[in-house]
Amino acid sequence: MVTARSNGNKSSRIPALGLRAVLLILFSILVMLADARTQHLDAVRQALGAAVYPLRLIVDAPSRLFTWADRSTVSRETLQRENRRLRSERLLIEAELQKLTALEAENTRLRELLDARERVGSRVRVAEIMSVDANPYRHTLVINVGTAEGAYDGQAVIDADGVVGQLIEPGLKTSQAVLISDPGHAIPVEINRNGLRTIAFGTGEIDVLDLPFLPNNADIESGDLLVTSGLGGKFPPGYPVAVVSSVTRIPQEPFADVTALPAATLNQVREIMLIDIEPPAQDDSNAAASPATETSGDG
Amino acid sequence: MASAERGSTLAMVASIIVAMLLTIMPLPDAAAAFRPDWIALVLIYWSMMLPRNYSVGIAWGIGLLLDVAHGTLLGQHALALVAVVYLTSRFHLLMRVFPMSQLTLTVLVLLTVYQFLLFWINGVAGVDVSAASYWGPVVSGTLLWPVVAIVLSGAARPRTRRA
Repeated sequence: MVTARSNGNKSSRIPALGLRAVLLILFSILVMLADARTQHLDAVRQALGAAVYPLRLIVDAPSRLFTWADRSTVSRETLQRENRRLRSERLLIEAELQKLTALEAENTRLRELLDARERVGSRVRVAEIMSVDANPYRHTLVINVGTAEGAYDGQAVIDADGVVGQLIEPGLKTSQAVLISDPGHAIPVEINRNGLRTIAFGTGEIDVLDLPFLPNNADIESGDLLVTSGLGGKFPPGYPVAVVSSVTRIPQEPFADVTALPAATLNQVREIMLIDIEPPAQDDSNAAASPATETSGDG
Repeated sequence: MASAERGSTLAMVASIIVAMLLTIMPLPDAAAAFRPDWIALVLIYWSMMLPRNYSVGIAWGIGLLLDVAHGTLLGQHALALVAVVYLTSRFHLLMRVFPMSQLTLTVLVLLTVYQFLLFWINGVAGVDVSAASYWGPVVSGTLLWPVVAIVLSGAARPRTRRA
């Protein structure tokens, strides 16, 4: 339709062009406002994301091919060696697991004694990273699982070592996840050693998290493990997030200067896991408290 | 004539797809800071050589795709691309007679406008980015412009000659 019209008045090219440009720019501003303030455009974003999906597949193809070639050309000897190593590892892990089952049973018993609610069961889904995002200003990545497989907004993303981030834009077949090192991301954590709660902010550097709200006299030292506290309602509790790398206490300042190194190697992961948690429906007080703690972190 | 037009349309679509691939291709962190705005370069070339009334509309649609691919505010790249394509189409007759050195300088200006619009929208939307990181794509894009122009003119010409 547009084509036909433009062929009709080719002589008056410039005014029509200017008018269109101005209209489109105004429309862009409206779209941006709508996108920033409301959720109505998420469907549009998903549809356009589906159009970009084949391109992502093409871009991802060389690395897939390389992995495939790499896997299918290993020598028999290497495989045998690896197999042996894996067997011995499995034996060790099984031994550990036996202990764990006993501990888990004991834990449930003790929790029942304490009349505490059982922890929310969580299911885990494995996903693969398709690409890290082209935008250098944000730490995001694209994974190959979408709403068709049950991914949802805000779902926690972990890898074998610790928390990686959370989903921000679940598409139909692919989803975008934000890393915990993104400058706009904050995650509620607690110190594993003593249960001290705080919030870890991303800094924009892949290997630094910032903990700005710890008072100078807080019981924290470098080497402390930070785990998710589960208070934000998005991350299940107890997953390792980071290890405290430096604590600087300046006497005049109210807060100590604490940084931590993410437990997951954020720029090297290829396989990740998505954790399904059932949203705690009856636990209203907790849910209401968690956004408050998150927003207080932003301000 | 009609098939010549179809040939260059084909080249245009293919070059835009390739530019999109180059845009979403993962790069090491150091190189990603200097990733040129491939889409902007390609659209500047085509709106200079084949200005159409609907080219701003196409630029807008591609900009939306770019926004989704980058995860930025929907409409941000679209607005910047519309502005750049409009400026190019407006001055395409002038730009066509420029020698390559002068044309490259013009492209530098256009890319700066493009990045400035992105920078400005980020500022209004409250996305915190250091101003220095906007210069990488401008510099690399300007340096790559002659290459892009030669490759694209090569892509368009054989088809038009055959027609």
